Parts: sequence; C-alpha cells; structure tokens
Amino acid sequence: MIITDYLEGALPLPERMRFEDHIRDCTGCTRYLAQIRQTIELVGEIREDQIGAEAKAELLAVFQDWKSGELAAKD
Amino acid sequence: MTDPGGAARGDDKIIIERLRAGDETVFEQLIESYHAPLLRLAGMYASDPRVAEEVVQETWIAVLRGLAKFEGRSSLKTWIYSILVNRAKTSAQREGRYRRQESLDETATDPGDSGIPLDRLVNITDKPPYSGHWATFPTAWEYAPEARFDSVELQRVIHEAIDSLPDLQREVITLRDINAFSSDEVCNILSISETNQRVLLHRARTRVRRALEKYLVE
Repeated sequence: MIITDYLEGALPLPERMRFEDHIRDCTGCTRYLAQIRQTIELVGEIREDQIGAEAKAELLAVFQDWKSGELAAKD
Repeated sequence: MTDPGGAARGDDKIIIERLRAGDETVFEQLIESYHAPLLRLAGMYASDPRVAEEVVQETWIAVLRGLAKFEGRSSLKTWIYSILVNRAKTSAQREGRYRRQESLDETATDPGDSGIPLDRLVNITDKPPYSGHWATFPTAWEYAPEARFDSVELQRVIHEAIDSLPDLQREVITLRDINAFSSDEVCNILSISETNQRVLLHRARTRVRRALEKYLVE
C-alpha cells in the first residue's frame, strides 16, 4: 500500500522522506519500486479494442437522425 | 497511453461547437476514442454483452441530446463516462442483474501479491542491514531473456492479468493506467473515495506486476 501511496503523492512529507531514505539503501525495495513503475509503463502501452464496423455505422446513423431533428428531446 | 480523445477545456469547446454544428467527422472521432472503453466499463455492470451495448448506445444518444445544455463544468470525457455509469447502474437495477462488486473492505486480505515486505512496511526507521526484510530480493527483470519482452506475447500476458482482476480493480487500473484518467476523475466516475481508489489501484498493479514477473523470470 505504501508504494502506491508514494507514487500517488499521498504520503505525508515525513513518511515520504523515510520511504526515500529506505529505498536508497534497500536493494529489494528499489528493485520492487522499479518493477511497479515498469508495470505501469507496460500497462500504459496496451492498445484497446476499436469500435466494430457495425456499431460505428449504427451510431453514425443515430448522429444523422439527431442532426435532422428526428431524435426528439428526452426519453 | 491510449487517450487520443482526452481534451483540455479548450479542445472540449471546439469539439462541442463542431458537434452542435453537425460535424459528423468529429462525432466519428469521439466514438472511435471512447466507444470501446465505454463498452468495457458497461460490461462491469451488465452480465449480458447485448445489454452493455444497449447501454452504450443509449449513452451516445443522451450525449447528443444533452449537448445543447452541457455547461462544461466537467470535461467532456468525464461527462460522457458519468452518463454511461448512471445508465449502466439504472439498467442493472432494473434488470435485477447488478453484478457483485468487490468488497472495498480495506482490512480484507488480498492474495494478490502477498508476502511482499514493502507492502506491509509501516515504520521505516530501521537502519541497514535490514535483516529479514526481504527473504530473497525480487529477481531483476534485466536478466529476463530478451525475447520475453517481445511485445505481442507481453501484451497478451498483461491483457490476461488485467482481465482476471476483480471488476473494480480492473476498472481502476484501466481508467488510470490505460485511459489516463486522473484519480479525481476515476473517483467521480466510479463513485468511490480517494482512499478506496488507491487501495484498488495498488492491488491491481501488484497483481499485474506479479504476472509479469512470472512471465519474465520464471
């Protein structure tokens, strides 16, 4: 938990300083923190699915209906 | 991060003006950016994929109808996602199919990445050497075979890891680390507190890290 609090900037200053002091001297924690950062970066490279052609065609038709005033206001 | 549609307020104004003027190209860009992630989010509330599709379609209709009155108090993106979540929740309640959401009990144990001393580190005043702090250090990923960083297989590992997360953890890590929402935006969209959001994000990231470690070095 502390590692995410740290990365989110949610640690109060004294704790943050203690954490950074600790990291400086602890190989295990340094490595772990680096791996979490790398995880975030790798997750960030995920490309999500694109909208399907059928769904897109339907929505563009909806847009045309709306544009021409056929999508009357409110459910 | 994949968020080509993410807009500062200035860009929002242009997009909204163009939409109101009937610019189909702008609408097309909007749905290309957001339809798939909205569908994914809707799937968290609806067990039936067809219901999820309906919810997203209704959302776009509501967005178009609401354009005239949209005041820009939130970003366009947040507004669209909020409409989605409201519709998804209403639909789920109506259908009596509200999916169980992960308990946000912060004292609940989470098997995710147990045994990592840093996660339980409460009082960091020890001076080195830290005997017993790490039984063995995490293996450095630099020593993983080069081929493992091949992007196709690695993407699959990450996809699977994220897909197998509990719903809310999956949503939080996806909205934050893939869709580049801020933590405030995520809290608004999912109606969760800042603290809960951090807990969910932490659990999600540590689980994905663990999956990556298994793939890279084991």
